[in-house]
Amino acid sequence: MSVPATELSATHPSDQPLLSLRGVHKSFGAVQVLQGVDLDVRAGQVTALVGDNGAGKSTLIKGVAGIHVFDSGDYFFEGEPVKVHGPKDANALGIEVVYQDLALCDNLDVVQNMFLGREMGPRVRLDETTMETRARETLDGLSVRTLQSVRTRVASLSGGQRQTVAIARAVLWNSKIVILDEPTAALGVAQTEQVLRLVRRLADRGLGVVLISHNLNEVFQVADDIAVLYLGHMVAQVRKDDVTRADVVELITSGATQRDGAAPMNGNGVAR
Amino acid sequence: MSTPTARATRGHAPEGPKGTKWRFRVADRLRRTRTELRDILRAYVERVRGGDVGSLPAILGLIVLVAVFSALEPESFTSALNFANLIGQSAGVMVIAMGLVFVLLLGEIDLSAGVTGGVAASMLGVVLTEQGWPVALSLLTALLTGTFIGACLGVFVAKVGIPSFVVTLAAFLGFQGVMLQVIGEGGTIGYRDEFVLKLNNGAMPLWLGWTLAGVTIAGYGLATLLTIRRRRREGLVSQPLLLWALKTGALAAVVLAVVGYLSAERSPFPDLKSIKGVPNVLLVILLLVVVLSYLLTRTSWGRHIYAVGGNAEAARRAGINVAWIRISCFMVSSSVAAIGGVLLASRTNSVSPQTGGNETLLYAVGAAVIGGTSLFGGKGRVTDAVIGGLVIAVVANGMGLLNQPAGVVFMVTGVVLVFAAAVDALSRRRAASTGRA
Repeated sequence: MSVPATELSATHPSDQPLLSLRGVHKSFGAVQVLQGVDLDVRAGQVTALVGDNGAGKSTLIKGVAGIHVFDSGDYFFEGEPVKVHGPKDANALGIEVVYQDLALCDNLDVVQNMFLGREMGPRVRLDETTMETRARETLDGLSVRTLQSVRTRVASLSGGQRQTVAIARAVLWNSKIVILDEPTAALGVAQTEQVLRLVRRLADRGLGVVLISHNLNEVFQVADDIAVLYLGHMVAQVRKDDVTRADVVELITSGATQRDGAAPMNGNGVAR
Repeated sequence: MSTPTARATRGHAPEGPKGTKWRFRVADRLRRTRTELRDILRAYVERVRGGDVGSLPAILGLIVLVAVFSALEPESFTSALNFANLIGQSAGVMVIAMGLVFVLLLGEIDLSAGVTGGVAASMLGVVLTEQGWPVALSLLTALLTGTFIGACLGVFVAKVGIPSFVVTLAAFLGFQGVMLQVIGEGGTIGYRDEFVLKLNNGAMPLWLGWTLAGVTIAGYGLATLLTIRRRRREGLVSQPLLLWALKTGALAAVVLAVVGYLSAERSPFPDLKSIKGVPNVLLVILLLVVVLSYLLTRTSWGRHIYAVGGNAEAARRAGINVAWIRISCFMVSSSVAAIGGVLLASRTNSVSPQTGGNETLLYAVGAAVIGGTSLFGGKGRVTDAVIGGLVIAVVANGMGLLNQPAGVVFMVTGVVLVFAAAVDALSRRRAASTGRA
């Protein structure tokens, strides 16, 4: 392993991470996608996960969400080692993922989408009023004011509103970690701002937020922590304030920074 | 718990002291009613213009067809006898269409629904007439025959992964063969059991018809009123009481008119044999509409059907067992088709290899689509099948009374179906452009 990510993450404040991965491996056939990845997600913080296409971001997230099972490595949740074998396990821990395609049903309304698969009330007599009330409360709690009626069909919502609904669905279940996969990729400027403010609010409410993004502007705008994946290695997880934009670009494209090259820990600490 | 969105429809205007002239209050009430009416109308027009037409085209079409045939054949078409006949003629196709709605909601198709009904009716003939089983057990056997067929179709579609078009096309051919083998070419199996014969031939006593009418109106009114009250209590937006009153009133008017008309003597020779009362088959249709609609709108299973039809991948990620939803929909569709097949056979007092064959299935699909169910999945209701089934039955019945040959009937029905599909496609485009899809 070229750069031990644990040492980099040792610069973090000492509070216990909500979620910790240590030395996670995952391969598909002969292709090694994740090769000993470490990741920490802290409550009340936005951890940005960046990396070029094919770096392994999606695989890492799917492993956390239980869609793939890691081949090896440790998965700690609130300090306890846990086994996550399926999406239900992850949900039970309080981990929710908002996928890039949002996974909403256009023909259903906002409430029906938010409770899809987890409807309230007896299976043979759904409790629509309670669901609607709770959906409303959750949206209000996120200070979402753009939705006029929670009984609107999702088809008639704008991109930003859809993203809001998907995020609200993720926090409906007292979740502790919300993972957002490129939530602003398809949005315009104003809607991107809206969603980013919402992302920040989630963290301020004490949730651990993982934000996957290609846009460094928004990463530096909302993230507390930046984790960089490069070809299946976690080459850095650093405080946003400790790095510059140029550093992150270099980490993404080459897996190291100029400063790394000068650092003694890399073994070539010849004074320049 | 109250949210700012709660509409204060309940809020009364501040009332003055007891001595306030009642006339002012009446005038005030009238004014508010007028505003409410305008709001309701405007909201509805808005929805239709946005492309959410629902069953509106089918209902308008039905009115036009009835008006045309009434004008051309005033004597026979509008007679109570013909009206009762119409119900009996449409029942089989209508019921099969109700089952088809479940499959169509998924975006799938069941081409074998008609012959599945035929096979179930044959099964009924074999066990009831030939084996002499008790009638209840025989009917249950026929129903379960449908359920079993549906389970097989569903497994082939959901688990093996064959397109439903192909699976059910194969079943359509195969089951016709089964019926030929069981019944024999050119043969029939007659029904002799009173109950089975009366299903789609007899009429119920007058008092029962009126009781049923009362129960229907009261049931609808109470159920919707309770929903409104519950939502108001939680501070949620609910439909205005005026709209509720209008809907309930409209339903009451239609139900009472129909029952009243059917309760009159309709026999051409009243001295020889009196025929009056609501046809029994109407009770079967009513029960199916209530039960199936409840399943679709009030249970998590029904919700998941819409979800799978709207976005199967999203449904899967939400933890819904998509394969089971598919299989269960085919099971329901085929079970309901079995009931439809028995009704078809009961009408003719016997089952033949043609029962449920020929144009039955195409009429049933047509009925669902004409009523407003989409072939693309995710959109449709059980009542669509009823309204669409009536349209198709009125065309066939009216053209028959005009002594048109079968060829013309088919052609006209085809045109009606294309028209309905065009309305679906256009409203869909309209909905997409206004963002209501």
